[in-house]
Amino acid sequence: MIKYFLRRLLQAIPTFFGVTILSFLIILAAPGDPVAMITFSPNPSPEAIMAQRRQLGLDKPPLLQYLYWLIGNDWTKIDIDGDGEGDKRGERRGFLRGDLGQSIQHERPVMEVILRRVPATLRLGVSALVVGYSIGVTLGVLAAVFHRTWVDQIIRVISVIGNAVPAFWLGLLLIIIFGVQLDLLPISGMRNITQRGPQSLGDALRHMILPVSVLSLNTIAFISRFTRTQILEVLQQDYVRSAYAKGLQTKVVWFRHALRNGLLPVATFLGPSIGTLLAGAVIIEQVFQWPGMGKLIIDAVFIRNYPLVMGSVVIASVMYIIGVLLSDIMYVILDPRIRLE
Amino acid sequence: MTRQSGIAQIDMEAERPHSRSFWRDAFAYILRDRLTLFAISVLLVATLICSLSPVVIEQVFGLEVNDTSIPDRFKQPGEDGYVLGTDQLGRDQLLRLIYGGRVSLTIAYLASVLTVFIGITLGLLAGYYGRRVDDLISWGINTLSAIPPLFLLLIAAAVWEPSTEVLIVVLAALGWVGTTRLVRGEVLSLKERDYVLAARALGASDFRILIYHILPNVFSIVMVTMTIIAGNLILTESGLSYLGMGIQPPTPTWGNMLTDSRSYLATGLHLIFTPGILIMITVLCFYLVGDGLRDALDPRRYQQ
Repeated sequence: MIKYFLRRLLQAIPTFFGVTILSFLIILAAPGDPVAMITFSPNPSPEAIMAQRRQLGLDKPPLLQYLYWLIGNDWTKIDIDGDGEGDKRGERRGFLRGDLGQSIQHERPVMEVILRRVPATLRLGVSALVVGYSIGVTLGVLAAVFHRTWVDQIIRVISVIGNAVPAFWLGLLLIIIFGVQLDLLPISGMRNITQRGPQSLGDALRHMILPVSVLSLNTIAFISRFTRTQILEVLQQDYVRSAYAKGLQTKVVWFRHALRNGLLPVATFLGPSIGTLLAGAVIIEQVFQWPGMGKLIIDAVFIRNYPLVMGSVVIASVMYIIGVLLSDIMYVILDPRIRLE
Repeated sequence: MTRQSGIAQIDMEAERPHSRSFWRDAFAYILRDRLTLFAISVLLVATLICSLSPVVIEQVFGLEVNDTSIPDRFKQPGEDGYVLGTDQLGRDQLLRLIYGGRVSLTIAYLASVLTVFIGITLGLLAGYYGRRVDDLISWGINTLSAIPPLFLLLIAAAVWEPSTEVLIVVLAALGWVGTTRLVRGEVLSLKERDYVLAARALGASDFRILIYHILPNVFSIVMVTMTIIAGNLILTESGLSYLGMGIQPPTPTWGNMLTDSRSYLATGLHLIFTPGILIMITVLCFYLVGDGLRDALDPRRYQQ
């Protein structure tokens, strides 16, 4: 078990480096001057730009820039005030020690800026995951129970449309219907739960209804189809026939044999779903002005705040890698066949 | 197999016209599948309208898609001869939808072909050669799938401020992972088959084995994925354009026509419905065609 865990952890390492190298290369290949966009003065002087470049280490060769970013600059001095002389060793600590550089726009470390936004995205994502899975699994089981009846057909239509509808457009429609026409729900922003008692909890939840429904739709669509297929497959197995043959009640066969085995693969999709949700959150957060990572990365990309862009990509990927790792481990715990191998 | 069922099968054979090739059989199956046929014809009509009518609009009516007319802002559908109304700059919504469709469909067709091409090539290489090649390509697969898809696309799109052509390449360069994984898996099992061994014994080169013996056997599943990918691409492109990162205005796309829609919820409701409905219908049709193809190309359907 521990051995398996360690092996999976080791396998995640090359992936992590792939992610950092790839995002670094894309940014490196970017035409135009990354500094000009983020210095904010409309006509920055060449000296100011040069100073900025030195401070970011952009005057160094790419490999060195990457090393600075990854492990910091303990072995060499970098020029902080931009006067052309190296000032300090270890000014940058590198990602591996939790330093992603400075965000000029926020005047804060990038790591801090991102970590402040993670809870909002997680709140949206986890709620959507819970809603998506509960509705998706329920629909999937219903579709399997009423296989080839009108229930099955309706659920199929729901899932096909749920996949085909563009999320941002559905968000706009819901805003129009529930926010503008009926004036029932708030159309944008997020509220903190901890502010004032039960009323603020209600308010926070009301702000979540629209974004969570849109974000969970994809999960519902996918999980319901997947659950249906899995259960129908399990029902064909010999052990289900044996269970019926030895006179077990249908209820027992379904809950103890079919569902348990059929839902196992569904549960393992929790990990990969994190990626889908993070990607979906980018659009949903923009539609509903939700202050999470997705909105952060869009804003950062717009003004070419590269340290922040790179940081968000890597943090999001690390979240995804951890999610997949956890769901793999969960699979091993849940499925004795794999555990014993 | 018992003798009786053997006879039953022979009888069934006799009822059939005569044995048809796999592809002709699939084609015949689709001809009987009304839903898939319907989806195909919707896509065909949409493609024809979007590719042909701009010429007619420009040459015959002398209209320009981005002609603005401030007095005609926010006309409702049907008002003053604007079939679908006008937008915040007084541009004809119908014309913009047609031109937007041209961009979306071009991207869907070309990028899905390119994606699948990259996907097949890498999948064949990884599956067939194994070892180092496989390690390298699998590393690429793991890496790309560990990054939430839209994140990289956002950066790439923002960085290169894409034209349609660049966007197609970027979408394909980031989207091949699924196809490669699929093809790689198939090739891993196909290359152990006897007919591959036989081909090798006859002295066929690796290239010949890959192209003439293995590729035809993965092609049917790849075609199914290609239609699904085309549908997804339309969603991705429209999402990207909505965020302001895809094709830049004034070139209309179904996505960027909705970018500013939040600011005219009061006056321009009619502008919000149509692009979304068109995206949904198109994506739905691609998915339906994919579903139909999957049934038509599935050899297992003979067993039932």
